[in-house]
Amino acid sequence: MKRGRVAYKGAIHEAYPDEIGVRLSDGRVCREEDVVWLAPIEVGTIVALGLNYAEHAKELAFSKQEEPLVFLKGPGTVIGHRGVTRRPSDVKFMHYECELAVVIGRSAEEVTRDHAMDYVAGYMVANDYAIRDYLENYYRPNLRVKNRDGGTVLGPWFVDASDVPDVTQLDLRTYVNGTLQQKGNTRDLVTDIPALIEYLSSFMTLAPGDVILTGTPDGVVNVNVGDEVVCEIDGLGRLINVIASDAEFGRV
Amino acid sequence: MFALADHRIHLNDEPLPRDVNALEALALLKRGVACRPPVCGAVYGTLLNDRGSLEALGAAVHEAPYKAPPAAPILYVKPRNSLAGHRSSVVVPDDSGIQVGGSLGIVIGRTASRVNIGEAYDYVAGYTIVGDLSVPHVSVYRPSVRLRARDGFCVIGPLLVASRHVKDPDSVSISVSVNGIQVSSSTTATAVRSVAKLLSDVTDFMTLVPGDVITMGVPYGSPTVGPGDEASITIDNWAPLSMSFVSKTEHAGEAR
Repeated sequence: MKRGRVAYKGAIHEAYPDEIGVRLSDGRVCREEDVVWLAPIEVGTIVALGLNYAEHAKELAFSKQEEPLVFLKGPGTVIGHRGVTRRPSDVKFMHYECELAVVIGRSAEEVTRDHAMDYVAGYMVANDYAIRDYLENYYRPNLRVKNRDGGTVLGPWFVDASDVPDVTQLDLRTYVNGTLQQKGNTRDLVTDIPALIEYLSSFMTLAPGDVILTGTPDGVVNVNVGDEVVCEIDGLGRLINVIASDAEFGRV
Repeated sequence: MFALADHRIHLNDEPLPRDVNALEALALLKRGVACRPPVCGAVYGTLLNDRGSLEALGAAVHEAPYKAPPAAPILYVKPRNSLAGHRSSVVVPDDSGIQVGGSLGIVIGRTASRVNIGEAYDYVAGYTIVGDLSVPHVSVYRPSVRLRARDGFCVIGPLLVASRHVKDPDSVSISVSVNGIQVSSSTTATAVRSVAKLLSDVTDFMTLVPGDVITMGVPYGSPTVGPGDEASITIDNWAPLSMSFVSKTEHAGEAR
């Protein structure tokens, strides 16, 4: 089952795919453009992976890692499908990152990889932006790069794990203004989902609603104001985002 | 909605927090009660905001892997699994022990985005004590989630003190005691960024919402403790924040 969360006529609704757009839980059917898309779930802790696709790590010139490169993100970064993300006018390199988001469904403490998939509720498409101009070598990637307002786009759907036949064989694609720029497959994850759950739950208890952003493949390019960025994962959906200017945010 | 009149305290066995005056808060704490954190939002730690910590890195900030001194605030998230309250018991993962960083926690009262330095205090509901725990580590190049975000590694409270009771948050004294002996004392007066400057710089790129906490950062030379130790952190004359430390095997025997 696919579920979204949308705002429509003064309330927030659970929503489902429909032939002409979305069907709200109360029966109303709307065009996709007529609702405001929120992130499909209210997220708990957001754990993100850096350098978790071999080719992307090579692209950024990193050697083999001793343990997964993990960082955390706050809830203020999250926005939904068809949202906008601000590109500061003084930067040279802002890029999308199409990622498979894994949603935890049960409290997970010291879970072994053999049982790890029992703790997964489902999946979402994520686009986790970064601004490389702001990279500093302290707790890198630092929050100014990866924890910006509106920098983590989630949706359109939360998809039940039971509806994804093989999560280790999903193509990821990112299109910028219709041109395919990024392509990868979840089979190339350096640390796979069961190993990530085993690693994380060895020192932090994961709770329902916690999200693991599993990293991005190679093929990142700079995006500019007005660009439409579409991240797509097999069976999960197409996540649309548009790059906004400082002026739209009242910044001169 | 987030509102604070005086001192907020959330006793472990009560469903809701209380908002009481200082005397009532002390009377409650005298009973030896355990508490939940008196806050409800996201918690962000600030790295290298104590001048001593930055000076201790010395010339290394110009060398690999750092290559330059920090320019913008360096933050880290203390996630929900790490949050714990007054009199909690924390599991020491291994022989390297746990470093007990005492910090002033700034608690946000209004949605804070692009805050002007001159208006920063308008966005502060109050202050609290944060026991920012970590497994000791020297390199601050990569994020330290395994070392800083463990279960129970962010002890907060016991009180959230309304900002009107705190005349100058940029000159409060912080002391850490281990087994009843004071082992570290510091002040927010040596911070690289003041409370107002930190809020202004951080909210330029990320909005803080009511109930969120951001720390002023832990001082250089924080003590390291092991199983069997007890630590308490005091800011000025506020009620101290206490915690105890147990080994993994001791913890396994306890009711959870």
